[in-house]
Amino acid sequence: MTLAILNVDWQTLADALALGAVYALMAVGIGLVFGVLRLVNFAYRQLVMAGAYALAFASQWNWPGWAGILFCFAVVLALSFVMDRLVFRPLRTQSPAVMLVATFAVAYLLQSIALLWFGPLGKIASSLAQLNRPFVISGVDIRKIAVVAVIVAVLCLVGLQVLLVRTTVGLQMRAVAIDFRTARMLGVRANRVIGGAVVISGLLAAVVAIMLTVQTPLVTPDFALRDTIVVLAGVVLGGMNRPVPATLGGFAIGFASGLLGGALPTTQSQYLPSILFAAVILVLLVRPNGIFTRGRDLLERV
Amino acid sequence: MRRPEHLVQLAAPCVLVVGVALLGTLVSASSEGYFVDTLVKVSIVVALYVFIGNSGVLSFGHISFVALGAWTAGVLTVPTAEKPAIMPNLAHFLRGTTVGNIPSLLLAALAGGLFALVIGLALMRLSGLAAGIATFGVLEITHNVLRYYEKIGPGLNTFSSVPQTTGLWQATIGALVVICVAFVYQRGRFGRMLRATREDAPAASAVGISVYRQRLGAFVLSGALAGLAGGLYVHLLPMNTESLYLDLTFITLAMLVFGGVGSLWGAVIGALAISALNSFLSDAENTVHIGFRLPLPNGTRLVTVGALMALVLILRPSGLTGGREFRLPGRRA
Repeated sequence: MTLAILNVDWQTLADALALGAVYALMAVGIGLVFGVLRLVNFAYRQLVMAGAYALAFASQWNWPGWAGILFCFAVVLALSFVMDRLVFRPLRTQSPAVMLVATFAVAYLLQSIALLWFGPLGKIASSLAQLNRPFVISGVDIRKIAVVAVIVAVLCLVGLQVLLVRTTVGLQMRAVAIDFRTARMLGVRANRVIGGAVVISGLLAAVVAIMLTVQTPLVTPDFALRDTIVVLAGVVLGGMNRPVPATLGGFAIGFASGLLGGALPTTQSQYLPSILFAAVILVLLVRPNGIFTRGRDLLERV
Repeated sequence: MRRPEHLVQLAAPCVLVVGVALLGTLVSASSEGYFVDTLVKVSIVVALYVFIGNSGVLSFGHISFVALGAWTAGVLTVPTAEKPAIMPNLAHFLRGTTVGNIPSLLLAALAGGLFALVIGLALMRLSGLAAGIATFGVLEITHNVLRYYEKIGPGLNTFSSVPQTTGLWQATIGALVVICVAFVYQRGRFGRMLRATREDAPAASAVGISVYRQRLGAFVLSGALAGLAGGLYVHLLPMNTESLYLDLTFITLAMLVFGGVGSLWGAVIGALAISALNSFLSDAENTVHIGFRLPLPNGTRLVTVGALMALVLILRPSGLTGGREFRLPGRRA
């Protein structure tokens, strides 16, 4: 019924689903770091960008696909380690605002380095391009990457949930998220746990880089800028404190923007960012903790 | 309150600004642009400081007030004859209306203040992260609307044909006005109340201060100052929506944090220091200069500023001034 009103066909729906899946993956990474470190990482996009550049260089050097993927993982993980050690660890005791501005600074720095080294024109990452080809189910083109994205997103989320709930490291991560100092006093090795969170979010960033380069092979210094901004809003929308609400928020905003982008005529869809962010602001006003969370577990600490 | 130490706190940034302006009159006409730009940046950063510094709440949205001020002043000062060429889809009532330089600046401030009031009525209930993201949302929406809504401006095009009335003196006077307003506000009753909520919000509300109202007041004032700064900016150089977006947000926040979020002195110092570095480096990037300067590859400027900002945050999280006002050496408060 609503679908008919919005003039949505199955094609738009399938595309929106794929976009939602990729955004959900990004949201997991951002939400995890926030949950454990209390840190909104503006520099997450630059991790994705670095991974995308790694893939682009790999295909420029004619490496096989798997080597490119490994290279991408290596680069992103190394970068997230360095970021944690050099910037976030020294600032851990500072206020959230200082941390936020610090990630802003790191993001800006990494982007300028990309601009300086690789130039503004961009590189093509083409080694995984065959995943972008569609197959047809009853008149609807479904690109292979969409299926891969949905499967990978579900797997990552399930894996993460198992890790958080069933393992000691996961238990410790949740403990650190709730109360850093008490957890530390009770014998949780904070740096190890945070290191673990950084590694996982780095892995997710690499996965996102792979997904996004398949969809948009042109890698520029502002690669994934739009996407990250939207995902960040989605994460806040869903609720930043837990991975599952954050992921749902990411998926919801990806799905919604895919749907609206496909359904609205261009004269209206150019205002899509305004619509999305107006929705985000409204949700923040009504439910500052996010729509997919229950209760009020986030209290301002006095 | 009227003791000389406090006047020194006002005089020091003013003297610095006038000093920069005087330095600007000495250099060649091509370098003068750097000085004017620096002074406009001072206005923007001080406007940011009025809210962020006094309230302790981070805002990523202030550049939207700058943008709205720029659009207001720009649309109203483009000569009527040239409007159809630059802005073919302009709304009817804007097509025939043209005002002078000073009224356009005042209207820019008014537009910025009103917009901040509308936004603030809703958003000032939020704090912390939610406030940060929501103000960021405001920036996104403003950028998006100004970019595509051609009834109120040039849309994607560059704002050309705006009279370039912001010279060295207009920029200096603008910066001085903004600094004085900021100073009077922070020394006054409302400024002190807001600073009390910054230090300890529960304690402040316990003695009867409405955190919401104080934040809203500062938000509106700082929005008006940002609008004024935007008006000054559009009279300086032709701009489009991209020059009033993420990069400007970053660089002005960087200036504020670099100097020290907690003080007016810090805001001015930060703006001047980063601007000076920025201009020096972009001069060095232009390899046409043959002399003692090293030709640097393009983009060095951005890398240096980013690295410097990260470094200052790690080594001195409260900024160069440590969030303190200017004090004459040897005197104790």
